[in-house]
Amino acid sequence: MADAAFLALSVITIGSAIAALELRSLIYGSIALMGTLGGIAGFFLLLDSPFVAMFQLAVYVGSIAVLILFTVMLVKRELIFKKVEDKRRKFVGIALMLVFMVSLGAVILDSGIKQITTDEPAVDFREIGDDFLTYYWPALILMGLILSGAVTGALVLARRVDEENGQRVN
Amino acid sequence: MRKMANELIEFVLVSVALLGIGIYGLSVKRNAIRMLFSIEIVINAANLNMVAFGRFLPHSGGQTLALFSIAIAAAEVAVGLSLIIVAYRMYHNIDIADFRSLKG
Repeated sequence: MADAAFLALSVITIGSAIAALELRSLIYGSIALMGTLGGIAGFFLLLDSPFVAMFQLAVYVGSIAVLILFTVMLVKRELIFKKVEDKRRKFVGIALMLVFMVSLGAVILDSGIKQITTDEPAVDFREIGDDFLTYYWPALILMGLILSGAVTGALVLARRVDEENGQRVN
Repeated sequence: MRKMANELIEFVLVSVALLGIGIYGLSVKRNAIRMLFSIEIVINAANLNMVAFGRFLPHSGGQTLALFSIAIAAAEVAVGLSLIIVAYRMYHNIDIADFRSLKG
């Protein structure tokens, strides 16, 4: 049976995920998204993986959410509060979500996952370092290349070209 | 080391709920930044699943894959946000129904 910390975390996570999509202001929405990401980090702590939880806090809450917040601030004020959606589409979306959740939940509840519990000790996080440097080292190098390529590409895309005087201005 | 108080099925159900919310946002919202929020929620549901299954096996592969996934998601958000900024500069709007030039 779930304990109190789990219940509180799931309420925070799912509630702020709904709030991130439904709040009127995009700024409050992105702060609610921070709540979701922090709640997921809490789940990682419950799952005895503190290294992944700290990574999640540093990468998601520390950098991605702040990046989104700054992008929202660059957008015009009336666009932040404007909400464009038609009612019919929203009902279809909610129905799609319910059908999806009920069917997938029924499949999972019917499967053998329900009986899985464990008494074994958690994985030591030193094993993750071993994995990274032995079996997964090509993937690690590839990930570094992908990250640097993506950040360089993002900078090139977002760069503004001043056409009037024929020279590039950043 | 303490005994696990929670079962695997609970984490998987939370993950299913997050996935459903993300799919709802992707299909209903027309604001580009909100669609990016939904993608983040879906990716986080997948990460939660990976770490949960890795804890209950127990095997270190789940956490390793989750770390890779978080790093790739960071790159994806950087590129996505810069695309949104470029589109905003071209159309002065972040409504995806206004981004018409790809319709042919």
